Amino acid sequence: MSFDNAYEALTAAESDSESRWAFGTGFDDPLSGMDTTLPDGVDGAAFARYCLMLGDDALIASQRLTEWVTNAPELEDELALANIALDLLGQARLLLARAGQADGSGRGEDELAYFRDEREFRNVRLVEPPNGDFAHTIARLLAFSTWRLALFARLADSRDPVLAAIAAKGAKELAYHREYTAQWTVRLGDGTEVSHARMQQGLDAVWPLVDELFVPNATDREMVAAGVGTDPAQVRAEFDDVLEQVVAAATLQRPEASALARVAEQTGRDGIHTEHLGDLLAEMQSLARAHPEATW
Amino acid sequence: MVTSTKPDLRHARAVAESVTDPELPVLTLADLGVLRDVELAGDGKVVVSITPTYSGCPAMREMRADLSNRLSEAGFADVEVCTVLDPPWTTDWISPAGRQKLAEYGIAPPGAAPQHAAGPVPLTLTPPRSRVRCPQCGSPDTEQVSQFGATACKALRRCRSCHEPFEHIKEI
Repeated sequence: MSFDNAYEALTAAESDSESRWAFGTGFDDPLSGMDTTLPDGVDGAAFARYCLMLGDDALIASQRLTEWVTNAPELEDELALANIALDLLGQARLLLARAGQADGSGRGEDELAYFRDEREFRNVRLVEPPNGDFAHTIARLLAFSTWRLALFARLADSRDPVLAAIAAKGAKELAYHREYTAQWTVRLGDGTEVSHARMQQGLDAVWPLVDELFVPNATDREMVAAGVGTDPAQVRAEFDDVLEQVVAAATLQRPEASALARVAEQTGRDGIHTEHLGDLLAEMQSLARAHPEATW
Repeated sequence: MVTSTKPDLRHARAVAESVTDPELPVLTLADLGVLRDVELAGDGKVVVSITPTYSGCPAMREMRADLSNRLSEAGFADVEVCTVLDPPWTTDWISPAGRQKLAEYGIAPPGAAPQHAAGPVPLTLTPPRSRVRCPQCGSPDTEQVSQFGATACKALRRCRSCHEPFEHIKEI
């Protein structure tokens, strides 16, 4: 088949559901054909909230990383950041799809990603602020992937077989993400005077949002009790151990910033976000909201 | 046109095993270890199970459509393609034939997938020592340029002997 212009090719693809104009379009259910029965004694609504927490972390982190595409300092690092964003997006799709099934609402991944408002997002605040410079992005991704790898390694034993499988798969990817950011932290920290200073500034900037990663909320506690979740407080020691190794090899100082304040005892997991999430969502959701009937 | 009242499982399996990967057309989905199973359900439906290489693999739908189309062309009226996530795919699922085809195509095949004992995943702060041979000249003297390449499953490397850049399916 040949076409005179791209529009013709697009419209032709639409009339023939089996062929598409690019990979990654025409999304369908990422859990297609899987047994999605909930394990005994697990509350569907609470489990859906739990999957949303983990899915939203990945979705927002992925959206931020994607902003580096066409802006990264080197082509290789642009590819790396785009690849990491794609892995996280894949994890988000699986987790959002699982959430939509578990609460019985039947909401698909797109509905959850594009048609929830800021207060309905359950991600930690760490993933929200703008990227800053490359060192700042690396510092944030180091903290994020170290924490998430430790969580996912434990969630691979979840009593929910779907969540366990998503986590076991994701952990393999996260190990690469952590390695990439740890090696860059060492290279920049133990580099020139300027790169050292900027790497330290990056770590200092993300540090106030790190404590929140380890504070369980009511949903965490309920899911730990049901045997499907893992207690984030329990991964603090592993996180600290990894960060200590990286910071020492990078000749950096572990930051001592105090945690960003909670708002009425609430944080990202409760739907209380920084001012940056609204801007991010406005951009991420604008196309879907302008064309709510569109498919991709 | 084949009309089949009693689907032949061996034939269905042979057809499914001949479907190639959309991004690495030298490999079949079976070579890649993405094709997990082909079964006949009680009602004569052909049920094919596939697993993604990476969570974000954008080609899953393409694979599903290719499998479904090829099987219907071969006369199987009722086909379902399911996703399985467990056990997770690792590069160890790539068959010996698949590794051979990759090397001939100019992509260095993966070594053994990383294993670690129970407990925290150990941190690696230095690039792993190279054991990847250049697919062009066969030299073992190669270096990693980037752990991430044009697709999620590939890293970029360079040969220090013939100076050619090449891709490597990274171990996962």
